[in-house]
Amino acid sequence: MKILVVDDFSTMRRIVKNLLRDLGFTNTQEADDGLTALPMLQNGDFDFLVTDWNMPGMTGLDLLKHVRADDKLKTLPVLMVTAEAKRDQIVAAAQAGVNGYVIKPFTAAVLKEKIDKIFERLEG
Amino acid sequence: MSELHLGSQSPSFQQEIKQLAEDLLQKIEGGDLGQVVGVVNSINEVRDRTLYDEIGKLTRALHEAIKGIATGDELSEATGMCQASDKLSYVIEMTDKAANKTMDLAEDAMPLNSENLSGAEELQKQWQKFLRKELKPEEFRDLTRKVDLYFTQTQANSKKISAQLSDILMAQDFQDLTGQVIQRVTKLVTEVEERLVDLVAMAGEVDRITGITHADPHLNETPQDVNKKIIAEGPQVDTSLDGVVGGQDGVDDLLSSLGF
Repeated sequence: MKILVVDDFSTMRRIVKNLLRDLGFTNTQEADDGLTALPMLQNGDFDFLVTDWNMPGMTGLDLLKHVRADDKLKTLPVLMVTAEAKRDQIVAAAQAGVNGYVIKPFTAAVLKEKIDKIFERLEG
Repeated sequence: MSELHLGSQSPSFQQEIKQLAEDLLQKIEGGDLGQVVGVVNSINEVRDRTLYDEIGKLTRALHEAIKGIATGDELSEATGMCQASDKLSYVIEMTDKAANKTMDLAEDAMPLNSENLSGAEELQKQWQKFLRKELKPEEFRDLTRKVDLYFTQTQANSKKISAQLSDILMAQDFQDLTGQVIQRVTKLVTEVEERLVDLVAMAGEVDRITGITHADPHLNETPQDVNKKIIAEGPQVDTSLDGVVGGQDGVDDLLSSLGF
């Protein structure tokens, strides 16, 4: 399973990558915003996208919209890991087609639970 | 900011105008047009003089405020606005360094701990074999050698892990330093806000004298437009606010109500 982790803060990318490694996902790559992430997704065979929302360049919500609008990428599962905690924002992310939503600060257990849930639903 | 005291001229301005108005009425009733025009001119003079005074005070206060914001001259401990962003960049740098240092140390410690764990598991298997009297003499000699090695290895690893843990503790010193910097920037922002409020009040005084009214710049924005904009806002500091979910459980409840 190849995963792209998108966050503008390298520390958060590192934390997410570490947690993913603990969960057995070792094939991860990083991008620091939507603008760098989108071509990577289009040119690489990623199976899963974990993205922050608030980033310079292109935000995670816009990245999600681009992914859903792209024929090749539209079925890619997307987990949003973000500090954005307003109801309107979560509803907007859901409407844009997010598969899971984790708010920061989060625990390893929550991240695992959401990832498991996403793949359970995809397989089921 | 003693020069910013407002309205000190206003009562006398009002009194002067009132007096002149009464005078004007008397002169009109007296029927002497020449004197009436004279009083009207006096009213204009008072208005102009007061207006110039107020604009002068406003200009001076604006100048002082900009000077203060730029250099931090009067801002007690806090330094200028131009340095505030540098200070906040320093906070980002410090927290980034501390986070990476902590993660480096934790990542270095993990394999040492794994080595201790797997060593103990391996020895336990051999030891249980020994207790069941299943070990051959040469295997027992091998076990004693391994136990000896394990003691040495565990001590060395534990010492390293202790040092790493105490370095992790030390890496949290950023909290004190960044906290101090943020407190200073917060103080600066508060003082700048106070200055701006004073300036707005002074400008209001000028508006009052001249009778200027301002259109509300937000008047054309309907509340719907504002609601429609879903943009990133960063962490919500006050989770008790309306429309803010209370942690991951709140997110999960909301999403499940949407059919997730």
